[in-house]
Amino acid sequence: MRNVLASDTFIEITYLIATALFILSLKWLSSPTTARRGVFAGELGMLLAIAGTLLHHGIVEYKWIVIGLALGAIIGVPLGEVAMTAVPQRTALSHAFGALCVTLVGTTEFYLRTPDVPRFMMGVLSLEVILGSLTFTGSLMAAGKLQEILPQRPITYKGQNIVNLGLLAIAIVVAGMLVAHPEKAQLFPLIVGIPLLFGVMMIIPIGGADMPTVISLLNSYAGLSAAAMGFVLDSKLLIIAGALDGASGLILSVNMSKAMNRSFSNVLFGAFGQEQTAVAGKQETRPVRSATPEEAAAILAAASKVVIVPGYGMAVAQAQHKVRELYDALTKRGVDVKFGIHPVAGRMPGHMNVLLAEADIPYDKLLDMDDINGDFPQTDVALVIGANDVTNPAARTDTSSPIYGMPILDVDKARTVMVIKRSMAAGFAGIDNPLYYLDKTLMLFGDAKSFVGSIVRELGGGHE
Amino acid sequence: MKLDLLTSLYVFMLAAFIGFEVIRRVSPLLHTPLMSLTNALDAIAVVGAIIMAGQYHAHRATLAKILGTIAIVAATSNIVGGFLITDRMLRMFKPSGPKKP
Repeated sequence: MRNVLASDTFIEITYLIATALFILSLKWLSSPTTARRGVFAGELGMLLAIAGTLLHHGIVEYKWIVIGLALGAIIGVPLGEVAMTAVPQRTALSHAFGALCVTLVGTTEFYLRTPDVPRFMMGVLSLEVILGSLTFTGSLMAAGKLQEILPQRPITYKGQNIVNLGLLAIAIVVAGMLVAHPEKAQLFPLIVGIPLLFGVMMIIPIGGADMPTVISLLNSYAGLSAAAMGFVLDSKLLIIAGALDGASGLILSVNMSKAMNRSFSNVLFGAFGQEQTAVAGKQETRPVRSATPEEAAAILAAASKVVIVPGYGMAVAQAQHKVRELYDALTKRGVDVKFGIHPVAGRMPGHMNVLLAEADIPYDKLLDMDDINGDFPQTDVALVIGANDVTNPAARTDTSSPIYGMPILDVDKARTVMVIKRSMAAGFAGIDNPLYYLDKTLMLFGDAKSFVGSIVRELGGGHE
Repeated sequence: MKLDLLTSLYVFMLAAFIGFEVIRRVSPLLHTPLMSLTNALDAIAVVGAIIMAGQYHAHRATLAKILGTIAIVAATSNIVGGFLITDRMLRMFKPSGPKKP
């Protein structure tokens, strides 16, 4: 019956090659010049692993596999075609799908094996379904908030953290009982159901600006649950893929937390919104200097070095393409234009870079916070578009500020600062920004897209 | 069984170290494509779902078939969508300098 192709060794070899290709895929992603090769390596590895699996001698029926693969591909194509502004919610949704797959396989595995599930396996299986189910609902909630189907602002109530931690504790206790008595199958629905609820409750108190950290953390959970699934099914390929994904999510979460000077627990249990109400009461009446597009254009044209600092507000106003025209107009006049990007700008790690790359801005002009900060003292104009808290000098000096200690872009060290803003309303964190009251700061009031458009017209560029 | 488990733990540990070392080197420029790519790679969980849906089961065969198929759909949509969008994003990253025809 069994031929060479369908032998376990052959399948294991396809998995081995797939594993190597996955690692190479991530390695090549490190630089924009090799990154597309990385995607190709990943695709090839995936294809090999799936082809190898389909040859598995244990498979007796292909009908449902083919239907599943076809249906998945049909759903996957539109998910690969979403607009770049919608990438954060797409990513959250894909974490939910990944977690759903892991949870369903884990659940099935339990019911197929019960009542004789070895203790260790029961432990890993519990980890798999707990992480999987909380990531599933948590990611759906995050996607809902990012898509603005659900309210973006954090919703908090008294005793919230106790309720949430209590839920998680109950799930862990039940999992412990199952490890001790794996035959008690009636307990199993609890370690799926309670984490499903926990996932929802966990995201309720989290606001839009914390999304980069939360998405990264959910990414990490999705990876770890897949690795746990690898232990249950004794698949090294899955353990490795899950570990890589888990490590990636963890690195990104640590980066994001550092960039906000907050710990994980603070993001998950701190709900920035509470501090917001305390600070927002203070009304600011100090005078600011404002400027018209003509004045702004004249200053920019006279500069030799300009750094543009984009924030999520730029994406909301869909101003990327106008910013590109501004970049073109200034570059044509011999002005050196760079972009300074804060790690938490946007709604997920690296989001701002993708939006600017989409607008055809060369990637070597997009600089990370650590690389650009040294440039500000030699910069003639720092132009802030739709960013607020990440430029707030209070983070360096004011120990009473809720964002004190957060690394910021030192725009206040540039000779002139220009800030495009709708009004003097406070930023996401509800914190007043002393930057706006500096003598060197010019406020450019208006919609980011139309204001940048007016500046471009003054400079004699644009395509209108 | 015991030995298998230990081997698996070694594999997990080494993979985690490789992951940290490789991913630390990814430029912040590419953190969004990184997340969509790892997400697609993570969907390799589809192999578990395929075996679950296709294998012969003496008991609870319907359950395995239904949940296994849903799991295949979920994972495949991540594979297809994840690779597609990662490549779309990476194609947009262009260096400055004179454009080649």
